[in-house]
Amino acid sequence: MAAPTRPKPRPVYLNLLAIRMPVPAIASILHRLSGAVLFFVGVPAGLWALQASLGSADAYDAMRSCLAHPLAKLAALGLLWAYLHHLFAGLRHVLADVHVASELKPARQTAVLTIVAALAVTVIVGVRAW
Amino acid sequence: MVTRERKHPVGAHYGLVDWLAQRVTAVVMILYTLLVLGAIAWHGGLDHAAWKALFAHQAFRVATFLCVAALLYHAWVGMRNISMDYVKPLALRLPLQAAIVAALVAYGGWTIGILWGQP
Repeated sequence: MAAPTRPKPRPVYLNLLAIRMPVPAIASILHRLSGAVLFFVGVPAGLWALQASLGSADAYDAMRSCLAHPLAKLAALGLLWAYLHHLFAGLRHVLADVHVASELKPARQTAVLTIVAALAVTVIVGVRAW
Repeated sequence: MVTRERKHPVGAHYGLVDWLAQRVTAVVMILYTLLVLGAIAWHGGLDHAAWKALFAHQAFRVATFLCVAALLYHAWVGMRNISMDYVKPLALRLPLQAAIVAALVAYGGWTIGILWGQP
């Protein structure tokens, strides 16, 4: 009997800037990125807004005028996108859990749908907010 | 002799609970989102007074707190996964995870202050 040999180390090539990311990988990494953004920025910003909105009329008006600044609007839209993408990509994961759209072709289609839907709703809200 | 796989203190629980909790907490947050959107649609948009009146209901405060509690657990599972994937040295990972927990507890305390600390 041949002596057991160690399997050769397999080459690992994960240069993210050089490999081509398939669409489901992009949807997936954006799910993770949007989750981190929501943790670091979205939750404190949301709590700050809730606190101001439930405070005095002065605090409420101060928040409204702060949010009227174009940069603040842009930041709020960024957080809205993070929320929507995280929501849609999460729903896609749950569908995959129950083997809906988990084959390669529908998985690609729902990945595109997730990315496009989050961007589309963000743009619609953005246009209305401006 | 039975050899057990040695478990390392990486913060994972090697189990199903967090996977399931991630989905249950997500559903709680979706339901709360629908509740708020429904309340806004019902009133045809909420001004400051109506918004404050909504949060004057104890049931709505409890619902809000439930949503935030679900969010904090959900964020813990997600941020812990991120730390396990990208931060390999334990000497960095454990302090990072402690900082994440501290931030989440602070968010929770802030939420309680907002909901029940207003005059």
